[in-house]
Amino acid sequence: MIKVSNLHKKFGKLNVLKGINTNIEKGEIVVIIGPSGSGKSTFLRCLNMLEEPDQGEVIFQGIKLNDKKCNIDQQRQKMGMVFQQFNLFPHMTIVENIILAPTKLKKENEDEAKRKAVQLLKKVGLEDKADSYPNQLSGGQKQRIAIVRALAMSPEVMLFDEPTSALDPEMVGEVLEVMKGLAKDGMTMVVVTHEMGFAKEVATRVMFMDQGLIVEEGTPKDVFDNPQNPRIKEFLSKVL
Amino acid sequence: MDFLFLKKYGWYYLNGAKNTILLTCIAITFGIILGLIFALFRLSNNKLLRYIAVTYIEIIRGTPILIQIMILYFGISQYISLPEIPALSKIIGYDSSDFMIGAAAVAINSGAYVAEIIRAGIQSINKGQMEAARSLGLGSSMAMRYVIIPQAFKNILPALGNEFVTLVKETSIVSVIGIMELTKAGDIVRGATAKGFEPLLVAASVYFCITFAASRFVAFLERRMKASD
Repeated sequence: MIKVSNLHKKFGKLNVLKGINTNIEKGEIVVIIGPSGSGKSTFLRCLNMLEEPDQGEVIFQGIKLNDKKCNIDQQRQKMGMVFQQFNLFPHMTIVENIILAPTKLKKENEDEAKRKAVQLLKKVGLEDKADSYPNQLSGGQKQRIAIVRALAMSPEVMLFDEPTSALDPEMVGEVLEVMKGLAKDGMTMVVVTHEMGFAKEVATRVMFMDQGLIVEEGTPKDVFDNPQNPRIKEFLSKVL
Repeated sequence: MDFLFLKKYGWYYLNGAKNTILLTCIAITFGIILGLIFALFRLSNNKLLRYIAVTYIEIIRGTPILIQIMILYFGISQYISLPEIPALSKIIGYDSSDFMIGAAAVAINSGAYVAEIIRAGIQSINKGQMEAARSLGLGSSMAMRYVIIPQAFKNILPALGNEFVTLVKETSIVSVIGIMELTKAGDIVRGATAKGFEPLLVAASVYFCITFAASRFVAFLERRMKASD
């Protein structure tokens, strides 16, 4: 579904990605782990062109995204993204946050979009918050809404950029539950996270990144129980 | 001190105050429209648009408004004449075309300052907001329109309110091209009564009443917006 080849990205002199190659298939749940500064988030953000790669290509459903001719806005509609800082729109109610993209981009009628939004809210247990504003919500609730907002566009793939890193510890669970539910429904997911438990339990593939490269990838069992690379061992000994 | 002249000439001040307020409202409206356009130009990815915006803002902010208004009135209006708007002429009490030149000059001047206010407002919005909007598939102009600008305006409303209060005073400059507003009214009364001092005091107090009321209103809006946060 997403094919990445020879992806390079520099920020000034800092070489963040030094040639990433991978293939993400439909239905996969790819969890990317690695020390901070290893390029995980940059890689994820290159998948929907929030960062433009300097070299290499990202091909999504046969369409090269880092191409001048590609209408990136259209492709992004099929790629949901969830951010560490939630990034809900504070001047809109929850339901307005959710229906903004469907009504403006897919020209869905407002009542229909609202009905769908409430259905999605029910799934994450927040239907009573439909008319609240984001800053009336806890971090965990905000992140669940952010997930719903991305889902409202019925994306083909969901990208998660450290979705639980900004949360108080007691709220991490509720967000991970929602993500597990999504995984169970067969959503293709790419998740950058420090939640090793989630990686072990949910991932179909774990990718370990270090210094701008994918150092090792495989099933959670392979990567966690039998890592080949000494840097993974060192990393895991610190985080587990 | 003798203010008995007000009995006969008070009407001039009322009329002048009305025109001052009208001038301010027209100028701030077009100033905000110009400001928004040039703020977006300044932040655009297009080099030419950025260049146009910077040129406009720097020239307007770097030259006196008195010169600007004279250039517009004595210079440019030789070549371009504004049509008279009968409805407006009726409200202000005389031919509206000079009035419109005055309003245009103040609006063009204010637009440069408003552009900088709006630019700062847009840049103050966390870049995560733009990223979130773009990641949903909204194009950059839609993201601006639905996500960034509404939040930016909320943040800059106090600054825009202050700009309004400042403009009330700035409009006195159009008296140099003979537009009958509050300063001109004071001038006329001075001439008619041969009093050098009192008519100016009256004009100043009327200005103060307008700006004081306006700044109270701005403060009220600010408090209300804080409450809604």
